[in-house]
Amino acid sequence: MKIKKLVQDFENKIKDIDFKYLKEYKQKENKKIFAHFPVYAPHEIFHSFDVLLLGLNGAGNEIEILYADARFGSFICSIVKSTMELGLSNRLDFIDGFFFTGICDAARNLCFVYKRNFPDKNVIFLHLPQNPETEHAIKFLESEFKRLIKNLEEMTGKRFSEDKLRESIKIHNENRKLQRKLYEIRRNEPDKLSTYELYTLLRIGNFIPVEEHNKILKEVIDYIPQREPVERDRIKVVIEGSFCEQPPFELLKLLDDVGCHILDDDFILGRRFILEDVNEDNPIYSLAEAYVKKTRYASVKHSGKKYKSKYFIENVKKLKPEAVIFMYAKFCEPGLFDYVLFKKELEKEGIPYLFLEFEEKMWNFDRIQLEIETFFESLIFV
Amino acid sequence: MDKKKKYQGRMHGLQRELMERWYRKLHEIYEQDRKEAVYIMISGNPVELIRAFDMEPVYPEINALQLAIRKQALPALLKAEEMGYSTDNCNYVKADVGMFFMNSPTSLGTRIPKPALILCNFVGCNTYIKWFEHLAEYTGSPLYMLDIPFMRHEEPTQDDINYVVNQLKEIIEILENITGRKFDIDKLREIVRKAKIMEELWAKVKDLAKAKPAPFDAYFDSTTMMGPLYVYRGTDDGIRFFEEAIKEFEEKIEKGIGTVPEEKFRVVVEGPPPYPYFRVMRDLLAKWGAVAVQSTYSTVGGIWEFGFRHDENDPLKAIALHMITANLPNRNYLQRYEQIRRYIKEWHADALIIHGVKSCRLFSCGQGDMREFFIQEIGVPTLYIESDLEDPRYFSPAQMQNRIDAFFEALEHKKAISKV
Ligand code: SF4
Ligand code: SF4
Repeated sequence: MKIKKLVQDFENKIKDIDFKYLKEYKQKENKKIFAHFPVYAPHEIFHSFDVLLLGLNGAGNEIEILYADARFGSFICSIVKSTMELGLSNRLDFIDGFFFTGICDAARNLCFVYKRNFPDKNVIFLHLPQNPETEHAIKFLESEFKRLIKNLEEMTGKRFSEDKLRESIKIHNENRKLQRKLYEIRRNEPDKLSTYELYTLLRIGNFIPVEEHNKILKEVIDYIPQREPVERDRIKVVIEGSFCEQPPFELLKLLDDVGCHILDDDFILGRRFILEDVNEDNPIYSLAEAYVKKTRYASVKHSGKKYKSKYFIENVKKLKPEAVIFMYAKFCEPGLFDYVLFKKELEKEGIPYLFLEFEEKMWNFDRIQLEIETFFESLIFV
Repeated sequence: MDKKKKYQGRMHGLQRELMERWYRKLHEIYEQDRKEAVYIMISGNPVELIRAFDMEPVYPEINALQLAIRKQALPALLKAEEMGYSTDNCNYVKADVGMFFMNSPTSLGTRIPKPALILCNFVGCNTYIKWFEHLAEYTGSPLYMLDIPFMRHEEPTQDDINYVVNQLKEIIEILENITGRKFDIDKLREIVRKAKIMEELWAKVKDLAKAKPAPFDAYFDSTTMMGPLYVYRGTDDGIRFFEEAIKEFEEKIEKGIGTVPEEKFRVVVEGPPPYPYFRVMRDLLAKWGAVAVQSTYSTVGGIWEFGFRHDENDPLKAIALHMITANLPNRNYLQRYEQIRRYIKEWHADALIIHGVKSCRLFSCGQGDMREFFIQEIGVPTLYIESDLEDPRYFSPAQMQNRIDAFFEALEHKKAISKV
């Protein structure tokens, strides 16, 4: 098995902003395709209707922003603009529906600007609860999921089936388990799996049916023990901040090249947001419960009585990195706010950290490389 | 035009008196270390519930804007930035946090008490969540996240309402524990009834701006009236304030007195005001005889001009409905377009001014699309200007003047031609 080649193919697929692969897939399979804006979406529900859910993480540095700047002005993160641009440049005409949630003020407004600009599309917004302390939040989210189900029933002409949803939950539990396994491998054997590879293997899951993704992940996991290790000195770090807009591939490769051994990160968090298996009985309720009670901490979700910064520092202390690297999308308000609370905890513990900002359209990485290298040197020589 | 023109009437004097009294009351709570302050946000605020327990609301937004309007915000912003807050984040939060850590008094020299409860009414703005998460960590006070379902369709669902009412009941329990007092629904009913009267009066005030010339400026003067609207809603003082305001404005209408010597342009303004340059901006518009007859900013705490009122017969449901449906931040962007469209039509406006504020994505993210909608689809002359609501570093007086002058010059020209 050639993991390198596989990953390169996936990268090309992910970067193709004309979505050739998906258009072919749609034609061949005659299936509906929904696109979702980060962070979280209830994949299981879409899957139970046989609708492919495309995880749209912006358009990277492949797209030229011609129209979207004028719609959103300055001070807005790249992903909001590039997502708008994808639509305005007709690249998403083949998508049947769009799914948004209220992760931040910018994304919420984007949803409704989408509605106005693409009146023929099925645009749905779900309110994901922000009060995890009350049981009523679960009931409320159940009602939101039922609203989505009704929407999908109308769109597909199919009836909702609890049995199918149970099956979908099972397949997605498997998917999350395999992803966790890959993370474990990188944590324990960085010589066998690079961050760029791990990331690409995960992110391709946003583009293909979950069954196919599971198959690929299983094969990779089985093959990894036979892989030639790439030995080198590495510095153990935890990465925090890229939960929504994604850093350019070049930046991920750079992290490998400068010798980061990443113990944990929050890249493409949506796919791994739920930390435990979702119960298969009472499936709609269980999905709602999983979102309210069983997710990783995140800048876009209130954590309840226990401060988010506590979750953050506990995770860091458990992993024992030499440093933490914050990687935020420029203008990402929720992330940049949490940064202040998170770094305060690191300062208390005496754990060094580095703050970086990225943008989708970045193409020169010399400065960032220098910053990371200088930071690492400072760690070695203290 | 005389630069020192006074915009202020009786209403302003009364407003100052009421706001100072509130600050003094807060100071008393601070001095005696009483557990009576509840921190809440302006948007769709449930102040009635807090008053039902004889507690005092603290609105961090008002503290932040007071600081900005008195030109004292910059040191607080710098303090926050020194702590790691991004220059790109909402400056309201930063000013408030900066003030907290500098342990600085309010602009009146008084102190703000520690919160007995931080009640985050999450009404649309996600930054609220951040703001109160931060305050909770810094003060160690308990936080309740009152999660309000966003207006993603035209009407709220029954599930939306139940969810909010159930949370309100949980808050009542918390307030009972803090105060040691039992919740008295009749007391709440009475406060809600007074809120309703006040809302009726406020809606009347807004209606008076339909007169030509408008007796007050619905952007700048409305902002002034928003203080009592939120701090004193549900009280006799609040009712009196708006009765006085109506009296003053009706007198002006009778005498044909507007806010500028000659009202030439009636505008609707979208977006928060540039507090650090409040007066400068007002002068720039007044120079052209431009008067705001409606503004979206005046509806962040509640939209009452289209008929919504609190109903004392079912007070918890009324509070829930207000928080979900009847305030700008919790309504979706396209509902805002519709709100503005009605303003322009029903208040007979000639133009729309969109003030894009760097701090506030809730307001500004998408204003380019809004501008396009009003120019292309509605055919209303629209001016887009940009600055900030707190940070004086983002205001360029010369540039602002150029844009405003150019816009009204063109508008004047158009008006002249259409008269020929
Ligand atoms: S990157 Fe941050 S600011 Fe931008 S849409 Fe995502 S969460 Fe919102
Ligand atoms: S983002 Fe806007 S609405 Fe939210 S706190 Fe800041 S100024 Fe207020």
